[in-house]
Parts: sequence; C-alpha cells; structure tokens
Amino acid sequence: MHVGNCAGCHTAQGGRPFAGGRPLETPFGTVFATNITPDPETGIGRWSRKAFVRALREGVALNGDLLYPAFPYDHFTRASDSDIDALYAFLMTRPAVQARAPTNRLKEPFGFRPLVAGWNLLFLRKGPLVDDPGQSADWNRGRALAEGLAHCGGCHTPRNELGAERSDHAYDGAWTEGWYAPPLNAASPAVRPWTAEDLFAYLGTGLSATHTAAAGPMASVTRGLAQASEDDVRALAVYFASLMAHAPAAQGPPPADRGNVADAAHPEAAALFAGACATCHGPGAPMMQEGRPSLAWGTALHEGTPNDTIQVIMHGLAPPAGRSGPTMPAYGDSFSDRQLAQITAYLRARFTDKPPWPDVPGAVARVRKGGSE
Amino acid sequence: MITLTVNGVPHQVDAAPDTPLLYALRNDLGLNGAKFGCGLGQCGACTVLVDDKPAFSCLLPIAALAERKVRTIESLGTREKPGALPAAFEAEQAAQCGYCIAGMIMRAQALLERTTRPTEAELRAHMAPNLCRCGTHMRVLRAVRRAAIAMGGGVRNDAEDAL
Repeated sequence: MHVGNCAGCHTAQGGRPFAGGRPLETPFGTVFATNITPDPETGIGRWSRKAFVRALREGVALNGDLLYPAFPYDHFTRASDSDIDALYAFLMTRPAVQARAPTNRLKEPFGFRPLVAGWNLLFLRKGPLVDDPGQSADWNRGRALAEGLAHCGGCHTPRNELGAERSDHAYDGAWTEGWYAPPLNAASPAVRPWTAEDLFAYLGTGLSATHTAAAGPMASVTRGLAQASEDDVRALAVYFASLMAHAPAAQGPPPADRGNVADAAHPEAAALFAGACATCHGPGAPMMQEGRPSLAWGTALHEGTPNDTIQVIMHGLAPPAGRSGPTMPAYGDSFSDRQLAQITAYLRARFTDKPPWPDVPGAVARVRKGGSE
Repeated sequence: MITLTVNGVPHQVDAAPDTPLLYALRNDLGLNGAKFGCGLGQCGACTVLVDDKPAFSCLLPIAALAERKVRTIESLGTREKPGALPAAFEAEQAAQCGYCIAGMIMRAQALLERTTRPTEAELRAHMAPNLCRCGTHMRVLRAVRRAAIAMGGGVRNDAEDAL
C-alpha cells in the first residue's frame, strides 16, 4: 500500500484518502482515478478478492470493463499473491467514502474501452516474476516490488506512442506530470554514485545528504515509503543501487562551487542568488551545517533539462499540512520569468561542470504554464 | 542607487543590489510594519505584496524589484481609519504578541483582492505559509472571514468536503 503509493493517484487534492477523483493528464486525455474505498455503490465494496486480483493482474474491472493502463496493472500483475492479498485486506478496512469519480475526458477514439484489449495483447505480460537465483533475497524482493506494486517504471521508463513502457529502455528517465523523472540505470545523472545506504535514506525520508531532496511526484512516493516496512525500502534500495552501479558519475571528481566564475558570467543572477538563496544554500549557511546536500550534489542541476530545477524554484517544496519533510519557499511570485531563467542558468554555471542548458527562458515559460517538454 | 516603488511612492535607496527588501523597508524607508522572523521564508512575518502577490521580503533582493510595485501594511489605512482587514483583526483580537500580524494581514489582503468570496479550503490553503507562534491561527481565520464580509463578500463554508 505505502510501497505502491496508491493514495498518490487515488486521493484528490484536499480529498478523502482513496476516494479518487484526482485527474491524471495523459497524451490520450484526462483520466480520473476511481474510488477504491469499500463503498458498495461508488467504490470497491462489492469486489470479491478474486475480482480485485483480476483487476490488478489483468486490468479488468468487476463489471468486465477493461481498465485503462493509466492504472498500472501492467506492473501490478508482477506483484506476489501475498502482497495483493495484503493490499485487498488493507483497502477493504478503510472507511467507506461515497464519491463518484468524474467521467474521463479522452480524445477520440480512446474513449472506446474495448481498444484496450489490443493494448493488452501487445504490452501486457501477466504474472509474477521468477526470482533470480544468482541474486540476494533483498535484490529479488526489491525487484519484485519495483516492477510490481511500486511501479517505479511508471514514471522513470519512457513510453511509446501507445503509452506503454518501452521495456528496451527500462529506467532510462521519462517525462511525467511536468517533471523529468531521471534515469535509474547506468545513465543516472547523479553526481555521486547511489549506494544502497544512500538510497535507503532517500527513499525513507525524502532527503539524501549527498544527493538531493525528493520533489514533485517523487515527494509523495517517499512519504509513502516512510510508512512502508524498512525491509521493503531496503530491498528497493539494494535493487536500484545495483541498476545504477555502472553510472559514470562514480568516476568524476567531487563537484566544486565555482562561485567566482559564475558571478563574473552572471552578475545580475549573482545578486539575486545572494539575496534570495544564499541564506540557506550559500557556503556556511545554517542549513548547510545541518547536513543538507550542497546544490553541487543536486541531481536536478546535472540533468539534461532545466525543467526540474525551475519547478523547484518556482513552486518550492512543501510537505502537506501536518507532515514533515524538506521545505523551500516558492519563488514563482517573487521573481519574473526573466529572473527565474537568470538564476537557473547561474546555478548550472556555479554548481556543475556541465555546459549551459539551451533555451532556459523557454523552459521557464513552459513550467509557468504548467507543462513540460 | 536603486528605485523602489513602495505604497505608490518612488524612493531612491542607496544599498547593495542583494539587500533583502525587508532591510530596505525597515532601515532605509522607516517602514517597520513587516517583521524579521526567521530570515528563511518559513514563517511569513515579513510578508508584503509585490505586484499584488504575497512575497517573503526577507528573501527578495531589491535588485529583483525594478519596476514592480511593493505594498506594505502601512498602506492599509491608519490607526484612526483602519482598512477592512486591520479593523477585523482588531475586532477579533487576532493578535497575541502581534509579531506575525502584519504578514498575516498582507497575505490575507492578496486573497481578498483576488476574491471576496473564497471557500474555506482556499482561505486555509492561502494562509498556510504564515505561522503564528502564539497559536492565534483560529482567530486569524475568523478575522479574515469578518473582513471578507465587511468587503461585501464572505468565506464560503466547505470545510467538510475539504477535510
């Protein structure tokens, strides 16, 4: 449940947990998450265990409708029987909420559900994974969770024209909900190689002292994992550390703060950084004494796109009410688009040795409009 | 010299470009309403309006302002003739120590200028960035509701579906 972050999609903003209604924008139109509380009329209260298993393994609803693959049954089919049973028991004991999801708004011809049968034929590979005897128990458990309930590829694997994950490009990095989910394989842009210990800390707390703070959709994933069993989080960490073991980052020198170079090249942005950012991110700032990652470690600054950096500056980081987590003020109203672009380019010049991003103002305009590349 | 337009009046300020707006307001212009709380954009005591939107003035370098219009609590009436929000805060006795109140009022002002009929959920989400260490949040919310009514609107009660 917490590993799969069901609530990430099945809880609307400000809505009751698991009562659905949250819109998911896809290239095929908008799909609304359904109510998965045990309400008999509008939720899954009448679903037997068998019907539930069929939905997760085959993507078929109680009434026989084919579910859209926005619901990641292509992953859930890989989950173990005992995990699916536990999920069923958990959901059926949540408070029932009466709430009907709005009607999906899909482009022609995707509103015609039977088309999904063709998709399933092409892309659905049913059934749990077989353990790899050459790997540790943690690794196998981690793979089963990652490919199954946690459906990590849902965001981190690019999709083809029909919205199916490209298995030949597993974990190559992909665009999702206005964010770029970075590669989780040898193409990882992380400055330091991710170790299982680093990943364990990051996945369970949303913060790694040597990498970054979780942001965007990943922040909600880590809030879920914070409540998952530590063994499961460790297993995921072991699995992904093995996928990223050959990332080239491992060979590079530790990143330097190239403040003098960047200040000379971007004098206006240097003043903005000094006045707005340095209180927390400058060398010697109190936050930096608390073991927070230097911006030079920040994965987003090393990605091929400025999108995620701009997202964080414009919208900040804010845990939901009552929850703790990495926090940063939103600067979208404080700075003009031109100033946001200046700061973004400055951060890249100061904290990385990568070439400047092309067309940062265009990326700022896209994030401002709520889109992405 | 940098020109700052505050409460409709242009001022010449002789300060480094990375100086936070808050320091320029208090030290150079003598406008002491906005307060220094945390200096990290976490508490909201320094909130002012920049082009009608709330901003943390402690994290806003004056170099960023150029032509933009800054408004502070001093623009919302006088002691004798307070504006709708300061009057409502007084009527609801929303201030305990009072340190956060100028920021609270300015953030609420931005909301009520956009709409005098926000929903309760909108009101709470909008006010969330501003903190009160005395714990007067419920009175602060009452004051904003009162001001919304005084301005010809009112906060729509949808707290039940929002929670």
